[in-house]
Amino acid sequence: MRKNGEKSEVGSLKSADRSDFRLQASRFRRASVVAWQILVGVVALALWQGLVSLKLLDPFFVSRPSDIARRIATWIASGTLWPHLIVTLEESLLGLVVGAALGIALGFVFARSPMVARVFDPYIKMLNAIPRVVLAPLFLLWFGLGIWSKVALAVTLVFFVMFFSTYQGVRDASQVLIDNVRMLGATERQLVRHVLVPSALTWIFSSLHTSLGFAMVGAVVGEYLGSTRGLGYVISQAEGTFDTTGVFAGMTILGVVVVIVSAAVTRLERWLLRWKRDER
Amino acid sequence: MGVGPHAYKEMPALELDRVCRDFVTPAGRTYRAIEDISLAVEAGAFVAIVGPSGCGKSTLLNVAAGLLPPSSGRVRVDGVDLVGLNRRATYMFQQDALLPWKTVRDNVALGLTLAGVARAESHARADAWLARVGLTAFTAHYPAQLSGGMRKRVTMAQNWIIDRGLMLMDEPFSALDVHTRQRMESELLALWDEATAELAENAENNHALRAQRAPRFKRTVLFVTHDLEEAIALADEVVVLSAGPASRIVARHPVTLDRPRDLMELRTTTAFVDLYRALWAVLREEVVKSQRHA
Ligand SMILES: Nc1ncnc2c1ncn2[C@@H]1O[C@H](COP(=O)(O)OP(=O)(O)O)[C@@H](O)[C@H]1O
Ligand SMILES: [Mg+2]
Repeated sequence: MRKNGEKSEVGSLKSADRSDFRLQASRFRRASVVAWQILVGVVALALWQGLVSLKLLDPFFVSRPSDIARRIATWIASGTLWPHLIVTLEESLLGLVVGAALGIALGFVFARSPMVARVFDPYIKMLNAIPRVVLAPLFLLWFGLGIWSKVALAVTLVFFVMFFSTYQGVRDASQVLIDNVRMLGATERQLVRHVLVPSALTWIFSSLHTSLGFAMVGAVVGEYLGSTRGLGYVISQAEGTFDTTGVFAGMTILGVVVVIVSAAVTRLERWLLRWKRDER
Repeated sequence: MGVGPHAYKEMPALELDRVCRDFVTPAGRTYRAIEDISLAVEAGAFVAIVGPSGCGKSTLLNVAAGLLPPSSGRVRVDGVDLVGLNRRATYMFQQDALLPWKTVRDNVALGLTLAGVARAESHARADAWLARVGLTAFTAHYPAQLSGGMRKRVTMAQNWIIDRGLMLMDEPFSALDVHTRQRMESELLALWDEATAELAENAENNHALRAQRAPRFKRTVLFVTHDLEEAIALADEVVVLSAGPASRIVARHPVTLDRPRDLMELRTTTAFVDLYRALWAVLREEVVKSQRHA
Protein backbone atom coordinates (compact mmCIF):
# COMPACT_ATOMS: atom_id res chain seq x y z
CA MET A 1 0.00 0.00 0.00
CA ARG A 2 2.58 2.50 1.17
CA LYS A 3 4.89 1.62 -1.59
CA ASN A 4 2.13 2.26 -4.10
CA GLY A 5 1.39 5.64 -2.56
CA GLU A 6 5.03 6.65 -2.76
CA LYS A 7 5.24 5.53 -6.31
CA SER A 8 2.27 7.59 -7.46
CA GLU A 9 3.62 10.59 -5.57
CA VAL A 10 6.90 10.34 -7.40
CA GLY A 11 4.96 9.98 -10.66
CA SER A 12 2.90 13.10 -10.05
CA LEU A 13 5.97 15.07 -9.03
CA LYS A 14 7.65 14.07 -12.23
CA SER A 15 4.74 15.16 -14.41
CA ALA A 16 4.43 18.41 -12.46
CA ASP A 17 8.12 19.01 -13.10
CA ARG A 18 7.65 18.39 -16.75
CA SER A 19 4.70 20.77 -17.14
CA ASP A 20 6.61 23.35 -15.13
CA PHE A 21 9.50 22.99 -17.49
CA ARG A 22 7.20 23.33 -20.47
CA LEU A 23 5.67 26.49 -19.00
CA GLN A 24 9.15 27.94 -18.48
CA ALA A 25 10.15 27.03 -22.00
CA SER A 26 7.14 28.77 -23.50
CA ARG A 27 7.73 31.82 -21.31
CA PHE A 28 11.33 31.88 -22.43
CA ARG A 29 10.28 31.64 -26.06
CA ARG A 30 7.86 34.54 -25.64
CA ALA A 31 10.54 36.66 -23.95
CA SER A 32 12.99 35.93 -26.75
CA VAL A 33 10.39 36.95 -29.35
CA VAL A 34 9.90 40.28 -27.58
CA ALA A 35 13.67 40.75 -27.38
CA TRP A 36 13.99 40.17 -31.12
CA GLN A 37 11.12 42.52 -31.85
CA ILE A 38 12.81 45.29 -29.87
CA LEU A 39 16.12 44.56 -31.54
CA VAL A 40 14.61 44.79 -35.04
CA GLY A 41 12.98 48.12 -34.19
CA VAL A 42 16.13 49.58 -32.64
CA VAL A 43 18.32 48.49 -35.56
CA ALA A 44 15.90 49.94 -38.13
CA LEU A 45 15.67 53.26 -36.28
CA ALA A 46 19.41 53.45 -35.75
CA LEU A 47 20.02 52.74 -39.43
CA TRP A 48 17.55 55.48 -40.39
CA GLN A 49 19.09 57.96 -37.94
CA GLY A 50 22.62 57.03 -39.03
CA LEU A 51 21.91 57.38 -42.76
CA VAL A 52 20.41 60.82 -42.19
CA SER A 53 23.31 61.91 -39.94
CA LEU A 54 25.83 60.73 -42.55
CA LYS A 55 23.90 62.85 -45.10
CA LEU A 56 23.14 59.77 -47.19
CA LEU A 57 19.43 60.59 -46.78
CA ASP A 58 17.96 64.09 -46.84
CA PRO A 59 15.97 64.88 -43.66
CA PHE A 60 13.74 67.17 -45.71
CA PHE A 61 12.27 64.10 -47.39
CA VAL A 62 12.42 61.43 -44.68
CA SER A 63 12.88 63.44 -41.45
CA ARG A 64 14.76 61.55 -38.72
CA PRO A 65 13.69 59.38 -35.77
CA SER A 66 14.98 61.78 -33.10
CA ASP A 67 13.00 64.69 -34.61
CA ILE A 68 9.87 62.53 -34.90
CA ALA A 69 10.18 61.43 -31.27
CA ARG A 70 10.65 65.03 -30.18
CA ARG A 71 7.60 66.10 -32.18
CA ILE A 72 5.42 63.40 -30.63
CA ALA A 73 6.65 64.40 -27.19
CA THR A 74 5.73 68.04 -27.86
CA TRP A 75 2.26 67.06 -29.06
CA ILE A 76 1.69 64.97 -25.97
CA ALA A 77 3.09 67.60 -23.59
CA SER A 78 1.09 70.46 -25.12
CA GLY A 79 -2.05 68.36 -25.21
CA THR A 80 -2.73 69.07 -28.89
CA LEU A 81 -2.62 65.37 -29.78
CA TRP A 82 -5.52 64.06 -27.68
CA PRO A 83 -8.49 65.78 -29.35
CA HIS A 84 -7.32 64.54 -32.76
CA LEU A 85 -6.62 61.04 -31.52
CA ILE A 86 -9.97 60.82 -29.76
CA VAL A 87 -11.87 61.91 -32.86
CA THR A 88 -10.09 59.33 -35.00
CA LEU A 89 -10.74 56.58 -32.46
CA GLU A 90 -14.38 57.61 -32.17
CA GLU A 91 -14.89 57.47 -35.93
CA SER A 92 -13.07 54.13 -36.23
CA LEU A 93 -15.07 52.58 -33.42
CA LEU A 94 -18.38 53.78 -34.79
CA GLY A 95 -17.41 52.57 -38.24
CA LEU A 96 -16.40 49.21 -36.82
CA VAL A 97 -19.58 48.74 -34.79
CA VAL A 98 -21.99 49.87 -37.51
CA GLY A 99 -20.12 48.04 -40.28
CA ALA A 100 -19.87 44.85 -38.23
CA ALA A 101 -23.53 44.95 -37.22
CA LEU A 102 -24.68 45.43 -40.81
CA GLY A 103 -22.20 42.91 -42.20
CA ILE A 104 -23.00 40.21 -39.66
CA ALA A 105 -26.77 40.69 -39.99
CA LEU A 106 -26.72 40.61 -43.77
CA GLY A 107 -24.21 37.77 -43.84
CA PHE A 108 -26.66 35.72 -41.80
CA VAL A 109 -29.59 36.54 -44.04
CA PHE A 110 -27.63 35.63 -47.16
CA ALA A 111 -26.32 32.40 -45.69
CA ARG A 112 -29.77 31.29 -44.54
CA SER A 113 -31.66 32.16 -47.71
CA PRO A 114 -29.90 30.95 -50.87
CA MET A 115 -32.43 32.73 -53.09
CA VAL A 116 -31.55 36.14 -51.64
CA ALA A 117 -27.86 35.29 -51.93
CA ARG A 118 -28.18 34.37 -55.59
CA VAL A 119 -30.23 37.45 -56.52
CA PHE A 120 -27.97 39.97 -54.78
CA ASP A 121 -24.64 38.29 -55.53
CA PRO A 122 -23.64 40.48 -58.54
CA TYR A 123 -24.67 43.66 -56.73
CA ILE A 124 -22.63 42.83 -53.66
CA LYS A 125 -19.62 42.15 -55.87
CA MET A 126 -20.13 45.42 -57.75
CA LEU A 127 -20.41 47.49 -54.59
CA ASN A 128 -17.35 45.84 -53.09
CA ALA A 129 -15.33 46.69 -56.20
CA ILE A 130 -15.85 50.46 -55.84
CA PRO A 131 -12.57 52.14 -54.76
CA ARG A 132 -13.35 53.82 -51.43
CA VAL A 133 -11.32 56.93 -52.25
CA VAL A 134 -13.87 57.67 -54.96
CA LEU A 135 -16.63 57.53 -52.38
CA ALA A 136 -15.00 59.91 -49.90
CA PRO A 137 -15.94 63.19 -51.67
CA LEU A 138 -19.49 61.89 -52.12
CA PHE A 139 -19.78 61.12 -48.43
CA LEU A 140 -18.43 64.61 -47.62
CA LEU A 141 -21.21 65.99 -49.75
CA TRP A 142 -23.86 63.76 -48.16
CA PHE A 143 -22.80 63.71 -44.52
CA GLY A 144 -20.82 66.96 -44.16
CA LEU A 145 -17.36 67.69 -42.78
CA GLY A 146 -18.07 66.17 -39.35
CA ILE A 147 -17.43 62.64 -38.14
CA TRP A 148 -20.27 60.94 -40.02
CA SER A 149 -18.68 61.12 -43.46
CA LYS A 150 -15.64 59.34 -41.98
CA VAL A 151 -17.79 56.79 -40.19
CA ALA A 152 -19.56 56.07 -43.48
CA LEU A 153 -16.24 55.47 -45.22
CA ALA A 154 -15.12 53.13 -42.44
CA VAL A 155 -18.45 51.30 -42.66
CA THR A 156 -18.05 50.61 -46.38
CA LEU A 157 -14.71 48.95 -45.65
CA VAL A 158 -15.69 47.00 -42.53
CA PHE A 159 -19.04 45.87 -43.85
CA PHE A 160 -17.68 43.68 -46.65
CA VAL A 161 -15.04 41.98 -44.52
CA MET A 162 -17.63 41.13 -41.89
CA PHE A 163 -20.27 40.21 -44.43
CA PHE A 164 -18.09 37.70 -46.25
CA SER A 165 -16.70 36.08 -43.13
CA THR A 166 -20.12 35.73 -41.52
CA TYR A 167 -21.54 34.26 -44.69
CA GLN A 168 -18.67 31.80 -44.86
CA GLY A 169 -18.89 30.98 -41.16
CA VAL A 170 -22.60 30.19 -41.25
CA ARG A 171 -22.30 28.15 -44.44
CA ASP A 172 -19.37 26.33 -42.91
CA ALA A 173 -21.33 25.10 -39.86
CA SER A 174 -21.13 21.32 -39.63
CA GLN A 175 -24.25 19.50 -40.83
CA VAL A 176 -23.93 16.85 -38.13
CA LEU A 177 -23.93 19.50 -35.40
CA ILE A 178 -27.01 21.08 -36.95
CA ASP A 179 -28.81 17.73 -37.24
CA ASN A 180 -27.87 16.77 -33.69
CA VAL A 181 -29.12 20.00 -32.16
CA ARG A 182 -32.34 19.78 -34.16
CA MET A 183 -32.90 16.22 -32.96
CA LEU A 184 -32.32 17.43 -29.40
CA GLY A 185 -35.31 19.70 -29.92
CA ALA A 186 -33.92 23.02 -31.13
CA THR A 187 -36.23 25.51 -32.82
CA GLU A 188 -34.92 27.48 -35.77
CA ARG A 189 -33.96 30.33 -33.46
CA GLN A 190 -32.19 28.07 -31.01
CA LEU A 191 -30.32 26.52 -33.90
CA VAL A 192 -29.05 29.97 -34.85
CA ARG A 193 -28.08 30.77 -31.30
CA HIS A 194 -26.42 27.50 -30.30
CA VAL A 195 -24.80 26.40 -33.56
CA LEU A 196 -24.74 28.97 -36.33
CA VAL A 197 -23.65 32.02 -34.32
CA PRO A 198 -20.83 30.24 -32.46
CA SER A 199 -19.70 28.62 -35.69
CA ALA A 200 -19.70 31.99 -37.46
CA LEU A 201 -17.95 33.67 -34.51
CA THR A 202 -14.75 31.81 -35.27
CA TRP A 203 -14.70 33.40 -38.69
CA ILE A 204 -15.95 36.77 -37.51
CA PHE A 205 -13.21 37.03 -34.91
CA SER A 206 -10.50 35.97 -37.24
CA SER A 207 -11.55 38.88 -39.46
CA LEU A 208 -11.84 41.35 -36.59
CA HIS A 209 -8.18 42.35 -36.86
CA THR A 210 -8.59 43.11 -40.56
CA SER A 211 -11.83 44.99 -39.89
CA LEU A 212 -10.20 47.08 -37.20
CA GLY A 213 -7.37 48.09 -39.47
CA PHE A 214 -9.88 48.91 -42.21
CA ALA A 215 -11.99 51.00 -39.84
CA MET A 216 -8.98 53.13 -38.98
CA VAL A 217 -7.96 53.41 -42.63
CA GLY A 218 -11.47 54.58 -43.49
CA ALA A 219 -11.50 57.17 -40.73
CA VAL A 220 -8.04 58.53 -41.49
CA VAL A 221 -8.54 58.67 -45.26
CA GLY A 222 -11.83 60.49 -44.69
CA GLU A 223 -10.13 63.01 -42.42
CA TYR A 224 -7.29 63.38 -44.84
CA LEU A 225 -9.62 64.31 -47.66
CA GLY A 226 -11.70 66.83 -45.79
CA SER A 227 -12.07 67.62 -42.11
CA THR A 228 -10.94 69.91 -39.34
CA ARG A 229 -9.95 67.30 -36.78
CA GLY A 230 -8.37 63.87 -36.44
CA LEU A 231 -5.03 62.22 -37.18
CA GLY A 232 -5.73 62.29 -40.91
CA TYR A 233 -6.23 66.03 -40.66
CA VAL A 234 -2.95 66.40 -38.74
CA ILE A 235 -1.10 64.46 -41.42
CA SER A 236 -2.65 66.39 -44.28
CA GLN A 237 -1.83 69.71 -42.58
CA ALA A 238 1.79 68.64 -42.18
CA GLU A 239 1.95 67.57 -45.80
CA GLY A 240 0.54 70.93 -46.86
CA THR A 241 3.56 72.64 -45.33
CA PHE A 242 6.11 69.98 -46.41
CA ASP A 243 6.59 69.10 -42.74
CA THR A 244 7.78 65.52 -43.14
CA THR A 245 8.47 65.20 -39.42
CA GLY A 246 4.80 65.94 -38.74
CA VAL A 247 3.69 63.40 -41.35
CA PHE A 248 5.89 60.67 -39.88
CA ALA A 249 4.86 61.55 -36.35
CA GLY A 250 1.20 61.20 -37.34
CA MET A 251 1.82 57.87 -39.03
CA THR A 252 3.80 56.59 -36.03
CA ILE A 253 0.98 57.41 -33.65
CA LEU A 254 -1.49 55.69 -35.96
CA GLY A 255 0.69 52.59 -36.06
CA VAL A 256 1.15 52.44 -32.29
CA VAL A 257 -2.59 52.81 -31.71
CA VAL A 258 -3.35 49.95 -34.12
CA VAL A 259 -0.84 47.67 -32.37
CA ILE A 260 -2.32 48.43 -28.94
CA VAL A 261 -5.93 47.93 -30.04
CA SER A 262 -4.97 44.75 -31.91
CA ALA A 263 -3.45 43.31 -28.76
CA ALA A 264 -6.71 44.01 -26.94
CA VAL A 265 -8.67 42.26 -29.70
CA THR A 266 -6.34 39.26 -29.49
CA ARG A 267 -7.05 39.04 -25.76
CA LEU A 268 -10.79 39.19 -26.35
CA GLU A 269 -10.59 36.62 -29.12
CA ARG A 270 -8.57 34.23 -26.99
CA TRP A 271 -11.20 34.44 -24.27
CA LEU A 272 -14.18 34.04 -26.58
CA LEU A 273 -12.62 31.16 -28.48
CA ARG A 274 -11.14 29.51 -25.40
CA TRP A 275 -12.78 26.20 -26.32
CA LYS A 276 -10.46 26.03 -29.30
CA ARG A 277 -7.20 26.37 -27.44
CA ASP A 278 -6.45 22.69 -27.01
CA GLU A 279 -7.54 21.67 -30.45
CA ARG A 280 -4.85 20.55 -32.79
CA MET B 1 -44.79 14.53 -26.01
CA GLY B 2 -42.58 11.53 -25.41
CA VAL B 3 -44.37 8.33 -26.19
CA GLY B 4 -47.94 9.39 -25.59
CA PRO B 5 -50.97 7.18 -25.38
CA HIS B 6 -50.18 5.38 -28.65
CA ALA B 7 -47.76 3.10 -26.94
CA TYR B 8 -50.62 1.44 -25.13
CA LYS B 9 -52.22 0.20 -28.31
CA GLU B 10 -50.85 -2.67 -30.28
CA MET B 11 -48.97 -0.50 -32.68
CA PRO B 12 -45.35 -0.48 -33.81
CA ALA B 13 -43.33 2.38 -32.35
CA LEU B 14 -41.68 2.71 -35.74
CA GLU B 15 -42.81 1.34 -39.04
CA LEU B 16 -40.95 1.55 -42.32
CA ASP B 17 -43.17 0.64 -45.24
CA ARG B 18 -41.39 -0.22 -48.52
CA VAL B 19 -38.86 2.56 -47.97
CA CYS B 20 -36.37 3.38 -50.74
CA ARG B 21 -33.80 6.11 -50.69
CA ASP B 22 -31.82 7.38 -53.70
CA PHE B 23 -28.84 9.68 -53.82
CA VAL B 24 -27.30 11.57 -56.70
CA THR B 25 -23.68 10.59 -57.11
CA PRO B 26 -21.01 13.20 -57.95
CA ALA B 27 -21.07 11.81 -61.50
CA GLY B 28 -24.76 12.76 -61.71
CA ARG B 29 -26.14 9.21 -61.65
CA THR B 30 -28.78 7.98 -59.24
CA TYR B 31 -27.51 5.69 -56.55
CA ARG B 32 -30.10 3.63 -54.68
CA ALA B 33 -28.80 3.19 -51.13
CA ILE B 34 -31.67 1.23 -49.61
CA GLU B 35 -34.51 -0.50 -51.41
CA ASP B 36 -37.89 -1.73 -50.31
CA ILE B 37 -37.17 -1.80 -46.61
CA SER B 38 -40.21 -2.83 -44.60
CA LEU B 39 -39.61 -3.08 -40.91
CA ALA B 40 -41.93 -2.76 -37.95
CA VAL B 41 -40.34 -2.17 -34.56
CA GLU B 42 -42.75 -2.96 -31.72
CA ALA B 43 -42.93 -0.54 -28.82
CA GLY B 44 -40.42 -1.65 -26.22
CA ALA B 45 -38.38 -3.79 -28.60
CA PHE B 46 -34.62 -3.68 -28.98
CA VAL B 47 -33.80 -4.19 -32.65
CA ALA B 48 -30.24 -4.34 -33.95
CA ILE B 49 -29.32 -3.73 -37.58
CA VAL B 50 -26.14 -5.21 -38.99
CA GLY B 51 -24.72 -5.09 -42.48
CA PRO B 52 -21.51 -4.53 -44.37
CA SER B 53 -19.94 -1.07 -44.30
CA GLY B 54 -21.57 1.37 -46.73
CA CYS B 55 -24.74 -0.71 -47.20
CA GLY B 56 -27.09 2.00 -45.97
CA LYS B 57 -27.45 1.56 -42.22
CA SER B 58 -26.95 5.26 -41.44
CA THR B 59 -29.29 6.16 -44.30
CA LEU B 60 -31.95 3.96 -42.73
CA LEU B 61 -31.60 5.70 -39.36
CA ASN B 62 -31.63 9.13 -41.00
CA VAL B 63 -34.93 8.21 -42.63
CA ALA B 64 -36.32 6.98 -39.31
CA ALA B 65 -35.17 10.22 -37.64
CA GLY B 66 -36.95 12.29 -40.27
CA LEU B 67 -33.70 13.92 -41.34
CA LEU B 68 -33.88 12.31 -44.79
CA PRO B 69 -37.24 11.94 -46.51
CA PRO B 70 -37.60 8.54 -48.21
CA SER B 71 -37.53 8.63 -52.01
CA SER B 72 -40.53 6.33 -51.90
CA GLY B 73 -42.36 4.42 -49.21
CA ARG B 74 -43.68 5.64 -45.89
CA VAL B 75 -42.50 6.04 -42.32
CA ARG B 76 -44.96 5.81 -39.44
CA VAL B 77 -44.19 6.68 -35.84
CA ASP B 78 -46.65 5.27 -33.32
CA GLY B 79 -49.05 4.77 -36.19
CA VAL B 80 -48.86 8.33 -37.49
CA ASP B 81 -47.22 9.26 -40.79
CA LEU B 82 -43.93 11.01 -40.12
CA VAL B 83 -43.73 14.59 -41.35
CA GLY B 84 -40.47 16.45 -40.76
CA LEU B 85 -38.33 15.52 -37.79
CA ASN B 86 -39.16 12.55 -35.62
CA ARG B 87 -39.92 14.26 -32.32
CA ARG B 88 -40.36 10.96 -30.53
CA ALA B 89 -36.78 9.87 -31.11
CA THR B 90 -33.30 10.63 -29.89
CA TYR B 91 -30.50 10.00 -32.34
CA MET B 92 -26.90 9.19 -31.53
CA PHE B 93 -24.96 9.98 -34.65
CA GLN B 94 -22.05 7.93 -35.89
CA GLN B 95 -19.92 11.06 -36.20
CA ASP B 96 -18.82 13.37 -33.43
CA ALA B 97 -21.74 15.72 -32.81
CA LEU B 98 -20.89 17.55 -29.59
CA LEU B 99 -20.80 21.33 -29.79
CA PRO B 100 -17.10 22.20 -29.49
CA TRP B 101 -17.82 25.60 -27.94
CA LYS B 102 -19.85 24.22 -25.04
CA THR B 103 -18.40 22.53 -21.98
CA VAL B 104 -19.15 18.87 -21.33
CA ARG B 105 -21.82 19.83 -18.80
CA ASP B 106 -23.49 22.34 -21.15
CA ASN B 107 -23.42 19.76 -23.93
CA VAL B 108 -25.15 17.17 -21.79
CA ALA B 109 -27.69 19.71 -20.53
CA LEU B 110 -28.38 20.99 -24.05
CA GLY B 111 -31.62 19.08 -24.63
CA LEU B 112 -33.00 20.41 -21.34
CA THR B 113 -31.80 23.95 -22.07
CA LEU B 114 -33.56 23.85 -25.42
CA ALA B 115 -36.74 22.71 -23.69
CA GLY B 116 -36.54 25.71 -21.35
CA VAL B 117 -35.53 23.86 -18.17
CA ALA B 118 -33.98 26.23 -15.61
CA ARG B 119 -30.19 26.31 -15.52
CA ALA B 120 -29.78 25.03 -11.98
CA GLU B 121 -31.96 22.01 -12.61
CA SER B 122 -30.52 21.17 -16.02
CA HIS B 123 -27.01 21.35 -14.60
CA ALA B 124 -27.90 19.13 -11.67
CA ARG B 125 -29.43 16.56 -13.99
CA ALA B 126 -26.48 16.78 -16.37
CA ASP B 127 -24.09 16.15 -13.49
CA ALA B 128 -26.08 13.10 -12.46
CA TRP B 129 -25.81 11.73 -16.00
CA LEU B 130 -22.12 12.51 -16.18
CA ALA B 131 -21.65 10.52 -13.01
CA ARG B 132 -23.49 7.64 -14.66
CA VAL B 133 -21.13 7.61 -17.63
CA GLY B 134 -18.11 8.09 -15.37
CA LEU B 135 -17.10 11.60 -16.36
CA THR B 136 -17.69 13.58 -13.17
CA ALA B 137 -14.14 14.90 -13.27
CA PHE B 138 -14.61 16.39 -16.73
CA THR B 139 -17.76 18.51 -16.45
CA ALA B 140 -15.92 21.78 -17.10
CA HIS B 141 -13.79 20.45 -19.99
CA TYR B 142 -14.41 21.23 -23.64
CA PRO B 143 -14.90 18.31 -26.08
CA ALA B 144 -11.52 18.99 -27.72
CA GLN B 145 -9.89 18.18 -24.39
CA LEU B 146 -11.37 14.66 -24.20
CA SER B 147 -10.44 11.38 -25.86
CA GLY B 148 -12.68 9.97 -28.59
CA GLY B 149 -14.20 7.41 -26.22
CA MET B 150 -14.94 10.04 -23.60
CA ARG B 151 -16.66 12.19 -26.20
CA LYS B 152 -18.87 9.23 -27.10
CA ARG B 153 -19.84 8.84 -23.46
CA VAL B 154 -20.73 12.53 -23.26
CA THR B 155 -22.87 12.06 -26.37
CA MET B 156 -24.67 9.20 -24.65
CA ALA B 157 -25.44 11.33 -21.62
CA GLN B 158 -26.58 14.11 -23.94
CA ASN B 159 -29.06 11.79 -25.60
CA TRP B 160 -30.23 9.87 -22.57
CA ILE B 161 -30.97 12.95 -20.51
CA ILE B 162 -33.92 13.68 -22.78
CA ASP B 163 -36.43 10.96 -22.35
CA ARG B 164 -38.04 9.92 -25.59
CA GLY B 165 -39.67 6.63 -26.43
CA LEU B 166 -37.48 5.73 -29.39
CA MET B 167 -33.70 5.63 -29.32
CA LEU B 168 -31.89 5.60 -32.66
CA MET B 169 -28.23 4.71 -32.26
CA ASP B 170 -25.63 4.57 -35.03
CA GLU B 171 -22.60 2.48 -34.07
CA PRO B 172 -22.48 4.24 -30.71
CA PHE B 173 -19.87 2.02 -29.10
CA SER B 174 -17.43 1.31 -31.93
CA ALA B 175 -14.96 3.96 -30.76
CA LEU B 176 -14.77 2.60 -27.21
CA ASP B 177 -12.21 0.21 -25.78
CA VAL B 178 -13.50 -3.25 -24.85
CA HIS B 179 -14.06 -2.56 -21.14
CA THR B 180 -15.71 0.84 -21.47
CA ARG B 181 -17.76 -0.62 -24.22
CA GLN B 182 -19.11 -3.42 -22.07
CA ARG B 183 -19.91 -0.94 -19.33
CA MET B 184 -21.82 1.32 -21.70
CA GLU B 185 -23.69 -1.66 -23.16
CA SER B 186 -24.81 -2.67 -19.68
CA GLU B 187 -25.80 0.91 -18.98
CA LEU B 188 -27.86 0.96 -22.17
CA LEU B 189 -29.67 -2.26 -21.26
CA ALA B 190 -30.39 -0.93 -17.77
CA LEU B 191 -31.78 2.29 -19.19
CA TRP B 192 -33.89 0.44 -21.69
CA ASP B 193 -35.35 -1.71 -18.90
CA GLU B 194 -36.45 1.26 -16.82
CA ALA B 195 -40.02 2.45 -17.16
CA THR B 196 -40.06 6.08 -18.24
CA ALA B 197 -41.28 8.64 -15.76
CA GLU B 198 -43.42 10.17 -18.46
CA LEU B 199 -45.16 6.91 -19.07
CA ALA B 200 -45.98 6.44 -15.44
CA GLU B 201 -47.51 9.90 -15.58
CA ASN B 202 -49.61 9.01 -18.59
CA ALA B 203 -50.76 5.92 -16.82
CA GLU B 204 -51.94 8.01 -13.85
CA ASN B 205 -54.67 9.29 -16.08
CA ASN B 206 -55.80 5.84 -17.00
CA HIS B 207 -55.84 3.42 -14.10
CA ALA B 208 -56.92 0.42 -16.11
CA LEU B 209 -54.06 0.84 -18.53
CA ARG B 210 -51.63 1.48 -15.73
CA ALA B 211 -52.41 -1.88 -14.23
CA GLN B 212 -52.06 -3.64 -17.54
CA ARG B 213 -49.15 -2.18 -19.42
CA ALA B 214 -47.26 0.61 -17.81
CA PRO B 215 -45.01 -1.56 -15.65
CA ARG B 216 -43.95 -3.53 -18.71
CA PHE B 217 -43.14 -0.53 -20.81
CA LYS B 218 -39.66 -0.17 -22.16
CA ARG B 219 -38.06 2.32 -24.44
CA THR B 220 -37.74 1.22 -28.04
CA VAL B 221 -34.24 0.94 -29.47
CA LEU B 222 -33.09 0.77 -33.08
CA PHE B 223 -29.41 0.03 -32.85
CA VAL B 224 -27.00 0.00 -35.79
CA THR B 225 -23.71 -1.82 -35.43
CA HIS B 226 -21.18 -3.57 -37.63
CA ASP B 227 -20.43 -5.95 -34.78
CA LEU B 228 -22.64 -9.05 -34.90
CA GLU B 229 -21.60 -10.12 -31.42
CA GLU B 230 -22.80 -6.84 -29.98
CA ALA B 231 -26.04 -7.06 -31.93
CA ILE B 232 -26.86 -10.49 -30.52
CA ALA B 233 -25.77 -9.62 -26.99
CA LEU B 234 -28.08 -6.60 -26.79
CA ALA B 235 -31.06 -7.11 -29.07
CA ASP B 236 -34.38 -8.94 -29.20
CA GLU B 237 -34.09 -9.17 -32.93
CA VAL B 238 -31.20 -8.87 -35.39
CA VAL B 239 -31.90 -7.52 -38.88
CA VAL B 240 -29.28 -8.17 -41.55
CA LEU B 241 -28.99 -5.80 -44.51
CA SER B 242 -27.50 -6.90 -47.82
CA ALA B 243 -24.48 -5.32 -49.44
CA GLY B 244 -25.24 -2.12 -51.38
CA PRO B 245 -26.31 -0.77 -53.79
CA ALA B 246 -30.05 -1.22 -53.26
CA SER B 247 -29.60 -2.82 -49.90
CA ARG B 248 -32.51 -4.93 -48.67
CA ILE B 249 -33.32 -6.90 -45.57
CA VAL B 250 -31.92 -10.38 -46.09
CA ALA B 251 -32.64 -11.86 -42.67
CA ARG B 252 -34.55 -11.14 -39.49
CA HIS B 253 -33.61 -13.31 -36.58
CA PRO B 254 -35.19 -13.24 -33.11
CA VAL B 255 -32.78 -13.47 -30.18
CA THR B 256 -34.39 -15.48 -27.43
CA LEU B 257 -31.62 -15.27 -24.84
CA ASP B 258 -32.96 -14.70 -21.30
CA ARG B 259 -33.03 -11.26 -19.73
CA PRO B 260 -31.51 -9.65 -17.82
CA ARG B 261 -28.36 -10.67 -19.65
CA ASP B 262 -24.94 -10.85 -18.09
CA LEU B 263 -22.79 -9.32 -20.80
CA MET B 264 -19.59 -10.55 -19.16
CA GLU B 265 -20.59 -14.20 -19.46
CA LEU B 266 -23.11 -14.26 -22.29
CA ARG B 267 -20.72 -14.54 -25.19
CA THR B 268 -19.46 -17.96 -24.23
CA THR B 269 -22.85 -19.65 -23.73
CA THR B 270 -23.87 -22.25 -26.29
CA ALA B 271 -27.15 -20.49 -27.11
CA PHE B 272 -25.18 -17.39 -28.00
CA VAL B 273 -22.63 -19.23 -30.08
CA ASP B 274 -25.35 -21.08 -32.02
CA LEU B 275 -27.10 -17.82 -32.82
CA TYR B 276 -23.85 -16.26 -33.85
CA ARG B 277 -23.08 -19.11 -36.26
CA ALA B 278 -26.52 -18.93 -37.87
CA LEU B 279 -26.40 -15.15 -38.37
CA TRP B 280 -22.78 -15.01 -39.41
CA ALA B 281 -23.50 -17.43 -42.24
CA VAL B 282 -25.91 -14.85 -43.67
CA LEU B 283 -23.86 -11.73 -42.88
CA ARG B 284 -20.63 -13.23 -44.16
CA GLU B 285 -22.03 -13.63 -47.62
CA GLU B 286 -22.98 -9.94 -47.73
CA VAL B 287 -19.63 -8.80 -46.37
CA VAL B 288 -17.85 -10.85 -49.04
CA LYS B 289 -20.14 -9.38 -51.70
CA SER B 290 -19.48 -5.82 -50.55
CA GLN B 291 -15.74 -6.44 -50.63
CA ARG B 292 -15.94 -7.86 -54.13
CA HIS B 293 -17.75 -4.71 -55.29
CA ALA B 294 -15.11 -2.48 -53.72
N1 LIG C 1 -25.74 12.41 -48.84
C1 LIG C 1 -25.34 11.43 -49.65
N2 LIG C 1 -25.12 11.68 -50.97
C2 LIG C 1 -24.73 10.68 -51.79
N3 LIG C 1 -24.55 9.41 -51.42
C3 LIG C 1 -24.77 9.09 -50.13
C4 LIG C 1 -25.17 10.08 -49.18
N4 LIG C 1 -25.31 9.47 -47.97
C5 LIG C 1 -25.00 8.17 -48.16
N5 LIG C 1 -24.68 7.93 -49.45
C6 LIG C 1 -24.32 6.63 -50.03
O1 LIG C 1 -25.25 5.68 -49.57
C7 LIG C 1 -24.59 4.47 -49.22
C8 LIG C 1 -24.95 4.09 -47.81
O2 LIG C 1 -24.33 4.98 -46.90
P1 LIG C 1 -24.50 4.83 -45.34
O3 LIG C 1 -25.95 4.78 -45.03
O4 LIG C 1 -23.72 5.91 -44.69
O5 LIG C 1 -23.83 3.41 -45.07
P2 LIG C 1 -23.48 2.69 -43.70
O6 LIG C 1 -23.95 3.55 -42.59
O7 LIG C 1 -24.15 1.37 -43.77
O8 LIG C 1 -21.99 2.50 -43.67
C9 LIG C 1 -23.12 4.69 -49.44
O9 LIG C 1 -22.75 4.10 -50.67
C10 LIG C 1 -22.96 6.18 -49.52
O10 LIG C 1 -21.96 6.53 -50.43
MG1 LIG D 1 -22.89 4.46 -41.13
